Amino acid sequence: MAGEGSLQVELVAADRTVWSGEATSVIARTVEGDIGILRGHAPLLSLLTESAVEIDGVDGKIVAALDGGFVSVADDRVSILSGRALLAEEIDENAVRAELGELRTAAELDDDRIRHYEAQLQAVDRAR
Amino acid sequence: MAVSLREYRARIKSVESTKKITRAMELIAASRIIKAQQRAQAAAPYARELTRAVTAVATFSNVDHPLTTEVENPTRAAVLVVTSDRGLAGAYSASVLKEADRLREKLKQEGKEVQTYLCGRKGVAFYKFRQRPVVQAWTGFSDQPSYDAADEVADALIAAFLTESGEPVEGHEGVGVDEVHVVYTRFRSMLTQEPTATRLLPLEVVEKQTGILPLYEFEPSPEAVLDGLLPQYVRSRVFFAFLQSAASELAARQKAMKSATDNAEELIKKYTRIANQARQAGITQEISEIVGGVNALADANAGSE
Repeated sequence: MAGEGSLQVELVAADRTVWSGEATSVIARTVEGDIGILRGHAPLLSLLTESAVEIDGVDGKIVAALDGGFVSVADDRVSILSGRALLAEEIDENAVRAELGELRTAAELDDDRIRHYEAQLQAVDRAR
Repeated sequence: MAVSLREYRARIKSVESTKKITRAMELIAASRIIKAQQRAQAAAPYARELTRAVTAVATFSNVDHPLTTEVENPTRAAVLVVTSDRGLAGAYSASVLKEADRLREKLKQEGKEVQTYLCGRKGVAFYKFRQRPVVQAWTGFSDQPSYDAADEVADALIAAFLTESGEPVEGHEGVGVDEVHVVYTRFRSMLTQEPTATRLLPLEVVEKQTGILPLYEFEPSPEAVLDGLLPQYVRSRVFFAFLQSAASELAARQKAMKSATDNAEELIKKYTRIANQARQAGITQEISEIVGGVNALADANAGSE
């Protein structure tokens, strides 16, 4: 079980567990706005937007980009589920910028993908 | 005799190279199957958490959602058939297609019109040859399905389901349906894979109560959370079907290629025997010809003396 004062966090994508471990806090952006989760948080199930999530892990900060999904909190266990979650260090910033430039000038705006790429840039930014 | 001996040798050679190919395919399938199983395992936490969350929302709120509502008199059903892209996997695709046919019959007897959606080139070829109409087909990912592929397929199915029955669907060619079924192959073990037909939509939230669920707060509201969760749940179910099918396909291919290799070995043995026999027969004949010749000479000499 989780040690004194820490949260058990699981960050799960559809095809893999992206990160799991102990953390002191989690900051995520729900459709209602940012939330911070500390130990002893009330059980919560909330939808997330395409955004970056920050996990204050015991061994350092983890930042990941999400493409929506949801977070559930219960008994000091935090599960963050997102179809295509990516850790900040897995993101190729230049490729994302190029892709984003292309998408923005495209005739048909693919909003979901643009937001997902923006979330990735945000994650890279916040990881620094 | 010598000609047929050469023929047998050529045949042995060709069977030998066939054996090499089937053996290589067997080994490739065997190594991929492990990856496919790992992928299926890696996808399990997501499915588990999602199911938990959906169960939680469904338990704590009596929200009716379009994706869970049963239509009173269903008249149209969509069937998604998951087959393979490539052959040489024994009866893998054939048995899924057979199961799909059974489901079609059943649905027709219930008075429902069937709309077919396909995955995998083998299924497409099967339906095209029989000139059966197909609404939409996806190919190219049967042995390594990605989440994106599942996403695309699930979105098309959800769109068809959410459209009023019989009305054209926005975004693709189908018409609205009242039910969505999936036919895929369940991976039981390396030896058994089972073609399975399940109903995907309307969703039945399977509630496996594992202790008391915590009293969740839903943000922004239970309805909104359910609204966001259910499409993802459907996607994850489709993804699950794809992963299971991929593992089954590889297992079926490994098995088929193993028996092909065994058969080739058997054939080589048989041909070697026949070739040896032919060679021996040739030698025997030559000897008897020589002996016969010598005898004839001796007889002739004996006569002249």
